[in-house]
Amino acid sequence: MSDTPTFAAAEYADGTVGYPPHPVNDDGAERVGTVDLSEHTAQVVTWTESTATPPGVREPNTLAIVEFQIDSESVRAVGQTTDDVEIGQTVTPVYVEQLRDPEAGIREPASQDWDGFRFQPVE
Amino acid sequence: MEVVAARCAGMDHDTDRVAVVAASMTQFGERDGWIRDLLAEAGQACLADTDATADEVDHLYVSNMASGEFEGQTGVPNALAHDLGAVPAYTARIDQTSSSGGAGIYAAWQSVASGASDCTLLVGGEKMTHRSTAEATDVIASLTHPAEYRHGVTLPSFAGLTARAYLDSYDAPRESLGEVAVKNHANGVDNPNAQFREAVDLETVLESPIVADPLRLYDFCPITDGSAALLFVPESLAASYADEYAVVSGVAGATDTHVVHERPDPTTMGAVRDSGRAAFEMADREPADVDVAELHDMFTILELLQFEDLGFAEKGEGWRAAADGRTARDGEIPINTSGGLKSKGHPLGASGVAQAVEVYEQVTGEAGPRQVDANVGLACNVGGFGNCVTTTLLEVAG
Repeated sequence: MSDTPTFAAAEYADGTVGYPPHPVNDDGAERVGTVDLSEHTAQVVTWTESTATPPGVREPNTLAIVEFQIDSESVRAVGQTTDDVEIGQTVTPVYVEQLRDPEAGIREPASQDWDGFRFQPVE
Repeated sequence: MEVVAARCAGMDHDTDRVAVVAASMTQFGERDGWIRDLLAEAGQACLADTDATADEVDHLYVSNMASGEFEGQTGVPNALAHDLGAVPAYTARIDQTSSSGGAGIYAAWQSVASGASDCTLLVGGEKMTHRSTAEATDVIASLTHPAEYRHGVTLPSFAGLTARAYLDSYDAPRESLGEVAVKNHANGVDNPNAQFREAVDLETVLESPIVADPLRLYDFCPITDGSAALLFVPESLAASYADEYAVVSGVAGATDTHVVHERPDPTTMGAVRDSGRAAFEMADREPADVDVAELHDMFTILELLQFEDLGFAEKGEGWRAAADGRTARDGEIPINTSGGLKSKGHPLGASGVAQAVEVYEQVTGEAGPRQVDANVGLACNVGGFGNCVTTTLLEVAG
């Protein structure tokens, strides 16, 4: 068994893939498996650099919506980037142990995970 | 006593519509009062607007997103009933984040249309300005999915992501977003209850500090304290409250995905489209029938998206409306004559109610220097980043 963190998207019974995972997809198909997005690259759909960030979040905080292509299925994710990006640019997920300070915000620290993947431009 | 007896006649479900017979809003901005004070101020003013008394109120709804998180005060509907002298009215809090006000309108309409209430007072309010911008942003961002929240995603960052996608997809100029801010600030000059009553020019908007690139400070609404209220009764009783009133001809709500990036098109707000279609169908109206509208311009990009998704413009063409004056106060379809959330302010739970207050005043001819020629008005109240939406159509009657 590997300890390597996974970027887990859901595979649904109708063959679609979605992130983050839900018990069923928008059409009611049940989740039947997991796809690790960390093994794939993605394209930047849009991005922003946020300069007014909430407590415990880096400033500035550059974010992007990216789109993975998994066989014939596309799946999107949102997340921080490691560097400046552009629309259409190829990025790869890079694991980060803590994306924001869990103790600084309003949300109960134990209620969710705080690690995850940033998107790094591919040369 | 005759008036009270007439008001106890009840609703005729075969013919009656739901009427709005009174409206009020407090000064929006940085207020000394706390949530209970603000709600009571708007509630009392609304009842006084039509000489109604608190003991006539059957149902009392409070639209509020986060009084517990902002102030540590929960149970605000019960508190308001006591403060207004409305005990033993049935009370409930309506929380649908930024669209709590619109959801409150839907609940108030349901209460009267169903016959459960012959007099429903809706009061929306929020107290926010005692918190820093960062803290208030985090309270609002707490509506996001854990997969979003852990990356520090906020509502302003959703706006930046969406604005960039919109400008790129439709080859729209950055200036078109700035024109929305210029227009709404110009409208707010004539609203005595607006938080900001100063006009701004396009250069000021485009040179203001970046908040969520490509959006700048003047693309965003402020953090605001305030409250607003509406009084709903069966139309058969409306004449005993007011000579001229409005009827709720259409009201409908819808939701979109919780996770924003899971939507098929980042520049389309599905819940706006769906709630708008249903409200128009209920009213037997279409966008061309609307004389004035209040759209939820928490960010300038949202006014353009709602303008398109409600059917006022083709997809990708809405950006031209503010730039060519179509949505100005003297334009073809005036949008946000109140100044919008941009200028008037955005006390979360109050905003949807305040939008309808402006539409009510427009269709009943009470909008003063902001008055336009209007018989049919629309209010679109958006929660989250299009996560929950209520669209309401008000028409003059009486």
